[in-house]
Amino acid sequence: MALAKRIIPCLDVDGGRVVKGVQFVDIRDAGDPIEVAKRYDQQGADEITFLDITATHAERDTMVHVVEAVASQVFIPLTVGGGIRTVEDIRRMLNAGADKVGINSAAVNNPEFVREAAEKFGSQCIVVAIDAKKVSAENETDKWEIFTHGGRKPTGIDAVEWAKKMVDYGAGEILLTSMDKDGTKSGFDLALTRAVSDAVNVPVIASGGVGKLQDLTDGIKLGHADAVLAASIFHFGEHTVEEAKQQMAAQGIEVRL
Amino acid sequence: MHRIAVIDYGMGNLRSVSKALEAVSNNASVVVTSDPQTILSASHVLFPGVGAIRDCMAELKHLELEHVIKQAAQEKPFLGICLGMQALLTHSEENNGVNTLDIFTGEVKLFQPAKNADGEKLKVPHMGWNQVHQTCPHPLWKGIEQNSRFYFVHSFYAVPEDKRVIAGTSAYPDDFAAALYKDNIFAAQFHPEKSQRAGLQLLENFVNWDGQSS
Repeated sequence: MALAKRIIPCLDVDGGRVVKGVQFVDIRDAGDPIEVAKRYDQQGADEITFLDITATHAERDTMVHVVEAVASQVFIPLTVGGGIRTVEDIRRMLNAGADKVGINSAAVNNPEFVREAAEKFGSQCIVVAIDAKKVSAENETDKWEIFTHGGRKPTGIDAVEWAKKMVDYGAGEILLTSMDKDGTKSGFDLALTRAVSDAVNVPVIASGGVGKLQDLTDGIKLGHADAVLAASIFHFGEHTVEEAKQQMAAQGIEVRL
Repeated sequence: MHRIAVIDYGMGNLRSVSKALEAVSNNASVVVTSDPQTILSASHVLFPGVGAIRDCMAELKHLELEHVIKQAAQEKPFLGICLGMQALLTHSEENNGVNTLDIFTGEVKLFQPAKNADGEKLKVPHMGWNQVHQTCPHPLWKGIEQNSRFYFVHSFYAVPEDKRVIAGTSAYPDDFAAALYKDNIFAAQFHPEKSQRAGLQLLENFVNWDGQSS
């Protein structure tokens, strides 16, 4: 008997549709979020994450409706990230049926926001999303830096130190995305994942780079992640969540089958 | 017709709980409320909750719901979930110590840093799907396989003084009380409303429960 490692399909949602950016640029359509979420639920997904990549305020309402519709039909945990900047944004998403919210840029701009959010809603629903890029050269000790604005804007903040700080401020979970790996299908940045996961005492979700099922197992075994997040590997029917879990179980990882 | 009151005291996402109840009940109405009369006239009462215990108890006091909950817990099928379970103990060590409703004698404690048998660090909060070992037969376990997985997210856990009130245990790494019961009361540390099939079965059992524990 033990806690299972989680598989979390991620749905990038824009204007009420699921899309997937490759390195946040090239976008392909992958369907209706409610249908996609139901399919993943049936396949045994442990949670579902929605990343709201909508830019305009008006379209935010669309996202709230998506969450409401999914939460009425899919009874597993739902996380919503993207554009969460205020306590009111969090309240709206939680009231719509989200269980957790992901905070990214707003945490970098104002770390106190994470503290305020955790105090108000509890650490259990505050996920701090970290986009990190490797900044050390080949012959140097590994070092990663936080980037915002979809990976375009460097901040000069060290990723591991930042993760520790966010946990001190009340983050209940860290969603860690490697900007170098995202969209490449070449596997997680395992050194980054391990460095962050070993440095903090809250669960870490590995994200960015999954191209094959073994990458998920590696994220947990070698990257020490508590959960693994993937998008395109599941969206386009290459693999099901169930297949992924079977493969993980065969390598001795505790999963919910 | 059954009428289920979900107690609304400002702690967390009640939409999931009420939607899940609606999904499993054909002829029951579900009302999310903080009104004492509505709670006391309901056939079933669900006491949910996420967040911190100090705010939870402060809100209950503010809304004058403490005695309403105690009364409901004596009279009708009553289900506490997560923080709504922890609040039923005597005292919690969260927020430097908070006195709680004392319906189950015992303490709520923080998970200490620990490693599993493989030497792997166990993170806190205990978050995700863990197996629940049913330690006694109970109407709310009906149709749920032994050692089914349920979704947990919590940093504190209940330690009842009388171990006979434990209805189920999970391990992290040591066994802790995942569910408690007493007469017409059942309480779960996990979230049935987020635990897919097994969770919906438990909620369906609750909706159909007459409040007898055997």
